[in-house]
Amino acid sequence: MMVWFRRTSREERPPSRVPEGLWVKCEGCREILYRKELERSLFVCPRCGHHHRISARTRLAQLFDNGEWKELFANVYSTDPLEFVDSKPYSERLKALRDKGLKHDAMLIGVGKLGGRRVIVGAMEYAFMGGSMGSAMGEKLTRAIERCLKTRTPLVTVACSGGARMQEGVLSLMQLAKISAGLAKLHQARIPFISVLTDPTTGGVTASFAMLGDINIGEPGALIGFAGPRVIEQTIRQKLPEGFQRAEFLLEHGMLDMVVPRGELKETLIRCLAHLAS
Amino acid sequence: MAMGSLPVPPFLARVEELRARLAELEALGTTQAREEAAAVREALEEEVRRVTASLTPWQKCLLARHPERPYTLDYIRGLFTDWVELHGDRRFADDPAIVAGFARLDGESVAVVGHQKGRDTKERLYRNFGQPKPEGYRKALRVMELAAKFGRPIVCFVDTPGAYPGIDAEERGQAEAIAYNLRAMAMLEVPIVVVITGEGGSGGALAIAVGDRVLMMEHAIYSVISPEGCAAILWKDQSAVQQAAAALRLTATDLLRFRVVDEVLPEPLGGAHMAPQLAIRTVGQAICKHLHELARLKPKELTERRYQRFRALGVVAER
Ligand SMILES: [Zn+2]
Ligand SMILES: [Zn+2]
Repeated sequence: MMVWFRRTSREERPPSRVPEGLWVKCEGCREILYRKELERSLFVCPRCGHHHRISARTRLAQLFDNGEWKELFANVYSTDPLEFVDSKPYSERLKALRDKGLKHDAMLIGVGKLGGRRVIVGAMEYAFMGGSMGSAMGEKLTRAIERCLKTRTPLVTVACSGGARMQEGVLSLMQLAKISAGLAKLHQARIPFISVLTDPTTGGVTASFAMLGDINIGEPGALIGFAGPRVIEQTIRQKLPEGFQRAEFLLEHGMLDMVVPRGELKETLIRCLAHLAS
Repeated sequence: MAMGSLPVPPFLARVEELRARLAELEALGTTQAREEAAAVREALEEEVRRVTASLTPWQKCLLARHPERPYTLDYIRGLFTDWVELHGDRRFADDPAIVAGFARLDGESVAVVGHQKGRDTKERLYRNFGQPKPEGYRKALRVMELAAKFGRPIVCFVDTPGAYPGIDAEERGQAEAIAYNLRAMAMLEVPIVVVITGEGGSGGALAIAVGDRVLMMEHAIYSVISPEGCAAILWKDQSAVQQAAAALRLTATDLLRFRVVDEVLPEPLGGAHMAPQLAIRTVGQAICKHLHELARLKPKELTERRYQRFRALGVVAER
């Protein structure tokens, strides 16, 4: 691996996904909701049950006991190995996101207690280029898997991604193989891995770790698939059926073990891990 | 020679014209035709040299998709003996977009798995343009696991625009099928040599490409997304394929530099389709060489090195 070593710096707090302010409009039912109330319900609309997208930091705070955890592999970040330029250079996109306080690329990884049990959780950050998976995220998650192997710690991932990061070309594709090879070791070592899939989980993330959980859990209504719905529509030249590629559809087709509302996710993870972990 | 309906890329128009003329003259067989053929052959070679002297990444994509390029079954016919094709995933169906089975290479039994495209319109439809569905990936793994069970090495030929994006493929777990193969291939305790022969279309290619050695034909491509798809998303313009193809660094030379591939296999002048037998022989020699090297490794060494090979891919920085 080509790695450059730089000095360590402490990371700051990025903004949460739901816009700040006293009142928020629900993306599901268009009701105006009191922000504090939405926060108390873990950003699930109390009126219609719509699961709002949340930041990786909010996710980790919701899952870990007392919201306490320590970040892992915070020093790893993306570079621009392809010198990729579309409407603007990839290197500038990366810098702009880091300047906004998003220092952890598309995945924030934490270690802490979940129901009193030590676990490592990797939560994806959709605000970082659509949660796209590049080398940095691949490297961090692989290191997390290796840490799990060494310390016999269960792994939980919370996916939220449009897929592999185009700006890193085939190197991002290789992260699918790299992470999956790590999961092969975890599998052989019989260390539990639970995958949570949230809205959206598509492309290379679904086609690698997100579908490889010993247990796969979907959030209600989450779009989950390999190809995006627009690509499929263009290919088959017809409208897609209602509910296609939603978590409930995947449950029906045998791809998920369960669809669990956010309010029950933590308890579900605790119970599942208790059944699997030694 | 004529392969029917697929359009010839514009930059190859003159080459194809000369090739067609040459074929006509050779078929005639008269003295006069032979004389003219010699002149046409010379003109053809000059034109091929001219166009291939500096191919753009987009032109490489078009060459990689050339309708006369050797496909998996051509490599199997040309390099192996005693081919026994196996069908079906034992779960749902047989997928003609992937062929799998056992054959002999240098007299030794090996498993062979590869994407398969069609030559004419009918076969192209039958092979779904080389775009597998979940049952294709599951068949591929079933045969690879048979190989591991009986201690046979595995050879994979990669040539696909990508995994099929359709309703049925999604219903049956396209993503799960690919992911499962990635994890399972990492654990197979027999040598795996992969050759990217044409299009290495993203996850649909990778699902049979987790090997100890990954070789790539000179004019093949390997990418996270097609230039068309990338252009549509990032440039918001389908016609920006040239820029997208260049930006994606999808050529064999790029991928060798990033160590995604271990060796680039030279193609005959003008591309593999210009002299298929020569191209097929080159591929065969390379496969043999790598299989012989890998044969020395113990099963656990093999999988650990395979892990380290993929573990090392990617470029990151550390603060
Ligand atoms: Zn609502
Ligand atoms: Zn040999």
